[in-house]
Amino acid sequence: MAYSDKVLDHYENPRNVGSLDKNDPNVGTGMVGAPACGDVMKLMIKVNDNGIIEDAKFKTYGCGSAIASSSLVTEWLKGKTVDEAYAIKNSAIAEELALPPVKIHCSVLAEDAIKAAVADIKAKQSARATV
Amino acid sequence: MANMNQTDRPPIYLDYSATTPVDIRVAEKMIPYLTEHYGNPASRSHPYGWTAEKAVENAREEVAKLVNADPREIVWTSGATESNNLAIKGAANFYASTKGKHIITIATEHKAVIDAVRELERQGFTATYLEPEPDGLVDLAKFKAAIQPDTVLASVMLVNNEIGVIQDIEAIGNICREAGVIFHVDAAQATGKVKIDLANLPVDLMSFSAHKTYGPKGIGALYVCRKPRIRIEAQMHGGGHERGMRSGTLATHQIVGMGEAFRIAHEEMASENERIRMLRDRLLTGLQDIEETYVNGDLAHRIPHNLNISFNYVEGESLIMAVKGIAVSSGSACTSASLEPSYVLRALGRSDELAHSSIRFSIGRFTTVADVDYTVELMKSKIEKLRELSPLWEMFKDGIDISKVQWAAH
Amino acid sequence: MANAYFDHNSTTALKTDVLEAMLPFMASQHGNATSRHSFGRTARAAVEHAREQVANAVGAYANQIVFTASGTEANNFAVRGICSNLDKGQILTSAIEHPCVSRPALAIQSSSVQAKNIHVDSDCNINLAHLQKLLLTPTNLVSAMLVNNETGVIQDITKVAEMARERKAYVHTDAVQALGKIPVNFFALGVHAMTVSSHKIGGPLGAGALVLDKRIDIQPLLYGGGQERGLRSGTENVAAIVGFGVACDLATKNLSAFDVHTANLRDHLEIGLAKLNAVIFGYNGLRVANTSFFSFKYIEGETLVTALDKAGFAVASGSACSSDSTDPSHVLLAMGVPEDLARGAVRVSFGLSNTVQEVEHFLLALKQELTRLRNLTAVMA
Repeated sequence: MAYSDKVLDHYENPRNVGSLDKNDPNVGTGMVGAPACGDVMKLMIKVNDNGIIEDAKFKTYGCGSAIASSSLVTEWLKGKTVDEAYAIKNSAIAEELALPPVKIHCSVLAEDAIKAAVADIKAKQSARATV
Repeated sequence: MANMNQTDRPPIYLDYSATTPVDIRVAEKMIPYLTEHYGNPASRSHPYGWTAEKAVENAREEVAKLVNADPREIVWTSGATESNNLAIKGAANFYASTKGKHIITIATEHKAVIDAVRELERQGFTATYLEPEPDGLVDLAKFKAAIQPDTVLASVMLVNNEIGVIQDIEAIGNICREAGVIFHVDAAQATGKVKIDLANLPVDLMSFSAHKTYGPKGIGALYVCRKPRIRIEAQMHGGGHERGMRSGTLATHQIVGMGEAFRIAHEEMASENERIRMLRDRLLTGLQDIEETYVNGDLAHRIPHNLNISFNYVEGESLIMAVKGIAVSSGSACTSASLEPSYVLRALGRSDELAHSSIRFSIGRFTTVADVDYTVELMKSKIEKLRELSPLWEMFKDGIDISKVQWAAH
Repeated sequence: MANAYFDHNSTTALKTDVLEAMLPFMASQHGNATSRHSFGRTARAAVEHAREQVANAVGAYANQIVFTASGTEANNFAVRGICSNLDKGQILTSAIEHPCVSRPALAIQSSSVQAKNIHVDSDCNINLAHLQKLLLTPTNLVSAMLVNNETGVIQDITKVAEMARERKAYVHTDAVQALGKIPVNFFALGVHAMTVSSHKIGGPLGAGALVLDKRIDIQPLLYGGGQERGLRSGTENVAAIVGFGVACDLATKNLSAFDVHTANLRDHLEIGLAKLNAVIFGYNGLRVANTSFFSFKYIEGETLVTALDKAGFAVASGSACSSDSTDPSHVLLAMGVPEDLARGAVRVSFGLSNTVQEVEHFLLALKQELTRLRNLTAVMA
């Protein structure tokens, strides 16, 4: 399979690899995929009090496109509001990385990871609000 | 002629089970049949045809010699896929009316066997796809129990293409002979690696390929036993070549190449296998230093050329991307275009995760100690890097049992 | 060894450019085109490039080309593959087809599927009136060759296809002997499937192709790894396919040179043959330029061919593909040629490498042999 230069770049030099403190109330975690399917993505975002994503980290088990998709979104997320992050579409990821049709599901997984992380931070915030 | 020494091939080739380079001695034998002796071996009226025919018959003898068969038992085909299709469809159709319409094969056979059997199922045959044991080997009692009164044919490969295990075809063949079942063996991965003595083996049909044994692509052969005489229905009709079993103009240069490749295999097999076993053991020792690795398939009943190993918590395709310095495959080359994990490893009961993270290293004639050492170092560093990226590795290190995690449907 | 090769319709020498293109894929570039590492990708790219080259030579798109191991396989694939899903109706093949078209048609006959011959006239042209009559019965497939391998006669396949399509039948043409000799355009012919072969055009043995109308439902002959979009499993013969591609480019480039050059040789030959009272088969038909198929009354073909071989000329006594057979050519019998005359048939087929001088020498040798053989033959008295 021929990968685009952007995929190869993210794959070889992944940005923002790692984890944030999952117990931090300002950190949302999204874990999507399943080992049986060959992809698991864990995305963590740290959101400040203004609703801006300050930091994003990922770990991904999966093919080069899955690693590149998650690496790319960590770059995109920083500085965005939670709502802006939520609006990121898989098609934008696929287009940026020039993913071939058989790899589109990697971009879908990355979008799902963002949505899961945002849902987690919102759940944490509303839990705090109700306290 | 391009040279084939180490410096001329940037990535180290460790995918000899997918295809082998043509041995330079083979290529040199082939080229005159492309240029000066270009006759059609079926042309009876001039020396161009006679020269070609003589070369074809010499090659037939070389192929027969490697497997201790009679040259008259060797039918040329375009490759093991055609041999497998011809043997299975040809014998099943010929004997269906007398023996019945049930076929036994193994779940880990090559796709060319599985899909030929599936095609026969569409035509009204029934089939049993026997699961091997977790070590990849067929349980003889289970095989025997699978035979039905209407079983016409059994097909079992000698050497598995993904995990390299060697089946006990002598024992399986004896069971077939007792039950009056025609026995086909796919030996595409076995020639030059395992001694084959067809004069004494209870095998009726056997498929061969040239390009897995340092010969050219596009040529193979089918052994059709004469004693007892086995009949097959031709699948390709035309000029009546190959005693009516397989029509089509023979590609003389390719046949010559297969003959030479098999001649070399016959001569060098014993010493070559020793050298390759040493390299494989060196590779295995090196890779077993890495945590959470699992060898797939039995190690004792296995060709020395193959090492199939799963690196847990690392995804296979990303691993292949990471190890660009070596050419290996994850699962069979013939199925790697799909995203499905290897059906062979799944048939052994390996989890999807382990199947996904498997790499097949296949060692061959031109592999060196330096190649193996480089490979071990490369694998160690890249697996470490990918595991740093892997959320599963992190969970494993945190003591979480991944098999108990509820994963979201995807 | 003979010093003049006049059997180019049987197989033809590999062109130098073809060999050069193939060599890397026989040695250093040895990957399996299905593998995903760099060796495999190099092989894949080469196969796909060759597919473009073949497509260009036959006026089709690359995704319509299915590579096979030979023309024989492509013909079997076409006939069996198109007809295997059908449980009734008939298969029509012309009476002059190569056995790799007619025999699979016979092999798949059943109580409800019949194989029938379309007649040809004495000039080796398909009898269109007979085809019209046959088509009154529901028909699955019509298979007729574009150029006959023995006489070189060119059929009006466009017309055959038009007639067959009107009756909702599929049409296949074996264009193995046409490629490189006349322009071949898949779309212009209007067929659903067309066979071409590498070694007849200066490519290597071991590669052929079936060109397919993509709307056609066809079953594979070989099952397995799913190569060629699932239509032809088996590891791609990369070197042969690469050679086939280059040979296609050369065939297109040399088409008019081939035509002019071999027509000149054949004119020389046939003027000489006329002086020797030869009967030239298909002479009144439209023929490809390189082929002459002829016979002499009271002369046995096999004897003549053997004598010519001793004199250094490689010619054919009918079709080389009917190995071991001593039966007279089925093509000539279909044309209504009497059996004894058919037994004397000799085929000369020229290539670009042949010269006028070779033809002159051949005529001289032929004249000597005929005199000798006629003196030996009592029938002449």
